[in-house]
Amino acid sequence: MTGLKQILTIVQKDLILEMRSKEIIVSMLVFSLIVVAVFNFIFDPGSEQIRTTAPGILWIAIIFASNLGLSRSFAREHENAHMQGILLCPVDRSLLYIAKVIGNIIFITIVEIISLPVMVVLFDLDLHGVLPLLLLVLFLGTLGFAGVGTLFSTISANTKSREVMLPILLFPVTIPIILAASKSTSYLLAGRDISQIWSWMRILIIFDVIFLVVCFLLYEYVLEE
Amino acid sequence: MIKVRNISKSFASNQALQDVTFQIQKGQFVTLLGVNGAGKTTLTRILATLTRPTKGTAQIAGHWIDKEPIAVRRQIGVMSHFSFLYGDLSAEENLHFYGKMYAVQNLQQRIDELLQQVNLQTRRYELVQTFSRGMQQRLSLARAIIHRPNILLLDEPFAGLDVNAHKMLNDLLHNFIAHDSTVLLTTHDIDYAVKNSHRLIIIKDGRVIADEPTASITTNHIKNLLADKAK
Repeated sequence: MTGLKQILTIVQKDLILEMRSKEIIVSMLVFSLIVVAVFNFIFDPGSEQIRTTAPGILWIAIIFASNLGLSRSFAREHENAHMQGILLCPVDRSLLYIAKVIGNIIFITIVEIISLPVMVVLFDLDLHGVLPLLLLVLFLGTLGFAGVGTLFSTISANTKSREVMLPILLFPVTIPIILAASKSTSYLLAGRDISQIWSWMRILIIFDVIFLVVCFLLYEYVLEE
Repeated sequence: MIKVRNISKSFASNQALQDVTFQIQKGQFVTLLGVNGAGKTTLTRILATLTRPTKGTAQIAGHWIDKEPIAVRRQIGVMSHFSFLYGDLSAEENLHFYGKMYAVQNLQQRIDELLQQVNLQTRRYELVQTFSRGMQQRLSLARAIIHRPNILLLDEPFAGLDVNAHKMLNDLLHNFIAHDSTVLLTTHDIDYAVKNSHRLIIIKDGRVIADEPTASITTNHIKNLLADKAK
C-alpha cells in the first residue's frame, strides 16, 4: 500500500509541476500539430493517398513529440539534483520506474487526445466504427513507447548530449512497437479484416510486455553511477 | 550507530576511497575533513545508499547499506549543497511531497512544526524558486528531518551561504543535534569543524589519515596534517 501511495505521490508531483510550467505538454503539442499541419499541406484532404499515409503521419507525430517530452521530463529531475532527493527516500527503484512511466503516458495521451481530432478534421478521416479499437492501439503503442522511453531517458539524462542521445538509443529499440502500432492503425483505417488487425496488435502486446518487464528489472541498474 | 568497514570506491582508474574504516556512536557529531576531491562526498553518497562501494560495506542503525538500503534510508536524513527542492512547488508542497514519500504520520502537523522551526511559516505558500539560498537551505533541513531520522548526513550544507544564513542554519542544526541524534558532516572549513564536532576524521586521497577527538587536536595540527600529506 505504501508503494502504491509513493507511486501516486510521484505522479501527482509531476502533474503539478507540469501544470505550473507547461513546458513538456506545450512543446510536445506544438511539435505534433506542426507535423500534422505540414503533411496536410502536402496531401489533398480525403484523398486515397492521405488515407494510406495517415497512420504513419499519426505515429510520426506521436513518437517525435514523445521524444521531446521524455527528454524534458528527466532533464527536469536532474536540475538541482531532484532525482537524488527522490532516490534518498525509502522507495524501491522499480516503483519509481512505474511512477515515471505513468506520468509519461499521461503527457503523451494528452497530446494524442488533442492531435487526433485535429488530424481527423484536417485529413477528413472516417473513424466510424473503428474508434474504440484505434484508441486501444494508441494506448498500447503509447504504453510500449513510454515504457522503453522512460528507461532510455533516465540513461540519457546522465549524458552531456541528452537531446541527441535519447532518439539514438530509443528509436532503434522501439522499431517493433512503432511497426506494430502503425500497421495496426493502417489496417484499422483501411477497414481490413479483424484477424489481420489482431495479428499486428498481438505483436504490439507481446513487445509491450517484454519491454515493460525488461525495463522494470533494469531500472535499478541504470540509476547507478 | 554508523559502522564503516573497509570501504573502497573506484571510478574507472580513479581510486576515490581506499579501505576506509571507522565507527560513530549514537549522539556523536563527527566531521569528515578534507580538501576538494579527498573522497568526502563519495563516502557520504555511499552511506546514503546513492552509490555502491567497490569493496567493503557499512552498517547504519543496524542495517547494512548493501542488503537493506530502504531501511537505511528511513534512518537517515541527508542534506547537501543541493537543496533537492522543486522550485515550481511551494515550501509546503515540497515538504508534503517528501513527507508522503516517507509515509510520515500526522504530516500536516509535522509540516507546521518544521516550518515554524526553520522560520518559514509566513512563506509556506510561496514557490521555492523565489527563496534566497539561505531560506532554501533552511527548508532543505526541514526536508531532511521530516521523517525524524536518527542520523543526519550533511555534505557541505553551508556552501554558498552568507554569514547570517550560516549562523541561522548552524543554530537549527544544533537544535536538532540536542535531541540525541548522530551527525556526520563533511566540510573543508577547519575552524567550523574544530568548534562544533566531537570528533574529526581527516581524509586525504581517499584514505583516513587521522581520526581524533576534537579536544585532542588543534587547528594548526590539522593544517599541518593536510599540508604534509599534500606534499
